[in-house]
Amino acid sequence: MATQNLETLKNELAQIADSFANRDRFSAFKFSTTPVGDDVLDLPKEDVVPVLRFLKETGRFDFLIDVCGADYPERMAAGGKRFDVVYHLFSSKTFQRLRIKTQVNDGESVESATSVWKCANWYERETFDMYGIKFANHPNLTRILIHHEFQGHPLRKDYYADQQQHCSHALPIHFEPDDKFETKGRSLVPLNIGPSHPATHGTLRVMAELDGETIARANVELGFLHRCFEKMAETHPYNQVIPYTDRLNYCSAPLNNVAYCKAVERMLGVELPPKAQAMRVILSELSRVIDHIVCIGANAVDLGALTTFFHLFTYREMVYSLFEKLCGARLTVSLTRIGGMAQDAPPGWYDDVLETVAKIRNGVDELERLLSGNKIWIQRTQGVGAISAENAIEWGYTGPCLRAAGVNLDLRKVQPYYGYDQLDWEVPVGTSGDVFDRYLVRVAEMRQSLKIVEQVCKNVPEGDWTIRDRGIVLPEKKDVYGNIEGLMNHFMLVIKGLRPPVGDIYDATEGGNGELGFYMVSDGSGRPYRLHCRGPCFAIYQSFPEQITGGLMADVISILGSMNLIAGELDR
Amino acid sequence: MSTSQNTPVVSAPGQLASAAAIEESAKSFAFTTKLDAVVAWGRKNSLWPMPYGTACCGIELMSVMGPKYDLARFGAEVVRFSPRQADMLIVAGTITEKMAPVLVHIYEQMLEPKYVISMGACASSGGFYRAYHVLQGIDKVIPVDVFVPGCPPTPEAVLDGIMSLQRMIGSNHPRPWRANWKRPSWLRPV
Repeated sequence: MATQNLETLKNELAQIADSFANRDRFSAFKFSTTPVGDDVLDLPKEDVVPVLRFLKETGRFDFLIDVCGADYPERMAAGGKRFDVVYHLFSSKTFQRLRIKTQVNDGESVESATSVWKCANWYERETFDMYGIKFANHPNLTRILIHHEFQGHPLRKDYYADQQQHCSHALPIHFEPDDKFETKGRSLVPLNIGPSHPATHGTLRVMAELDGETIARANVELGFLHRCFEKMAETHPYNQVIPYTDRLNYCSAPLNNVAYCKAVERMLGVELPPKAQAMRVILSELSRVIDHIVCIGANAVDLGALTTFFHLFTYREMVYSLFEKLCGARLTVSLTRIGGMAQDAPPGWYDDVLETVAKIRNGVDELERLLSGNKIWIQRTQGVGAISAENAIEWGYTGPCLRAAGVNLDLRKVQPYYGYDQLDWEVPVGTSGDVFDRYLVRVAEMRQSLKIVEQVCKNVPEGDWTIRDRGIVLPEKKDVYGNIEGLMNHFMLVIKGLRPPVGDIYDATEGGNGELGFYMVSDGSGRPYRLHCRGPCFAIYQSFPEQITGGLMADVISILGSMNLIAGELDR
Repeated sequence: MSTSQNTPVVSAPGQLASAAAIEESAKSFAFTTKLDAVVAWGRKNSLWPMPYGTACCGIELMSVMGPKYDLARFGAEVVRFSPRQADMLIVAGTITEKMAPVLVHIYEQMLEPKYVISMGACASSGGFYRAYHVLQGIDKVIPVDVFVPGCPPTPEAVLDGIMSLQRMIGSNHPRPWRANWKRPSWLRPV
């Protein structure tokens, strides 16, 4: 199937090869399908932007999901180019994916894709920040995550993971260069929010210039919580990366565990036992509910509705108690392992879940009574931060924010995994994409998630909670202490680690905020050679300055809260 | 409470009462203590926290403030996001190199007396982020009174940390880390 698509694409590109600067280069295009079924197109760096433009304009791919780099210093010895730049494309119509890779040497530059997709801006800045890869004609190619005094590019293989560099001061208020901006004789008032401000729920910094109550221009600074997730992943065995994934979107940690493990498992080519899949679905959906609770609760607090926060957090505590019962941890559960789950649920746990689900359902009803018809809430949110479906796709929106804009796209439906397609549930969709619609979509999603949890809990399959492949999963403790084979197995696996085959993979799941994807490169060793996380709110936040410019200052907080920005996922 | 209701304070018109008699009488409505102890008692029971939540610990800190664990029981519910109005800085979450100057700035803006709680492994030591952009413990830049272990700590652990701080304040425990603190040399002067 995938190969057929690639064949069509090849023919189409061959027809337009004349329009490229150098027709002969088309022979250098390499079309391939990886063993796990990802379509990959390798091409010379000069042709990237023309091909991207063609793919977008012909409507084959409408999403630029991500751009990232990878460093292969050993290629230089063989006369090759050091870096890979990888573009991930996705189509919201055919649900196909394509990975475009190009090679570039240190000091060389690639043409920026910002002229094709707006959202390429931050992706390319991040790639520059991490690897020093230059993008020609980029509007603002500066550091984005790491502080401005940092020397070098940390994701290069020759940068030591623990080599810290101090930062002496925070930057003053600054804006992206913009030729079209004029003060027009207005005297603008500068305004700085964050990085330590209650309404930013973490470490975001928003800078603006005000003309009265109106935002004349705005900018954001991020990276205040850049915890080097990707470098840490490169220096840890596959299973030890799981706790780091917990801390990406810490409001719904199990969703990240599942997303990461699913990527590695697909690389290994293992199929999970039904019980492990069911447990993952239950954990994921409960997490989605509490993620939305935090988002709605915090958004409402910022607009003055404190009751919602206290009320909703009661239900979040209930879910935390369930997690605690399951594994001892509340927030960062790390309960998945590559190949399954760490342990079985304790007796009676599924009944507890069902009981809690009923209580949360009541809570959601009460929430709706508090907010959905509340005059103040409606006036503060309706028509605020509205975004069209086309614009949302252009910015790379996914998840509830995209669905609020009227695009019916949920990876659980369109690329089903763990039996989501066997369950009875719907994808709630909004119309205007404003803050109120985002709220409504989230509330409806909470109901759908509860429905899913109920269906799965009433029907938990019998059997094992993990696969029993000795090269992947540690033996049970009774075997480690009870017999020599178990001990040897444990010993070997800890020393060697599990080793996925050489190659790369991109795998995505539906996270709390949208498409949570992992791009992983394996060199056959016990650690990921490269692990890139595509956090959904990175793309969404990028549109923030555009969304608030021209609007009222009070709406800034309303829009910020509705995007559900989690710094751990944003800055990684 | 009073022991001698029958003891007259003024023995007779025009005559001063003896000092012993006054002291004896005062027991019925007052008690004596040291000024320091009274102040400490007031301080420890009315801490105004400034939550500096940056990451996962910030989410658990919300639970500490929330209905189930309820920090108000310890007299510390008046959360203030202005450092000028707060006296207990709770650093909840990873502090990166980029954030460190901001944290110091905020700490300096707080008025005396001020206390710092480092919540969680990241704030206390960098945690499992031995990484190029993570500050390896906030005690490298500001003086810390109580370290709360955990990743993230349970709300109970945070409450225990706050109670430890209250004991420390109540007993006027010496704080050499605070007295000897110097602004980190690599920071640009404000």
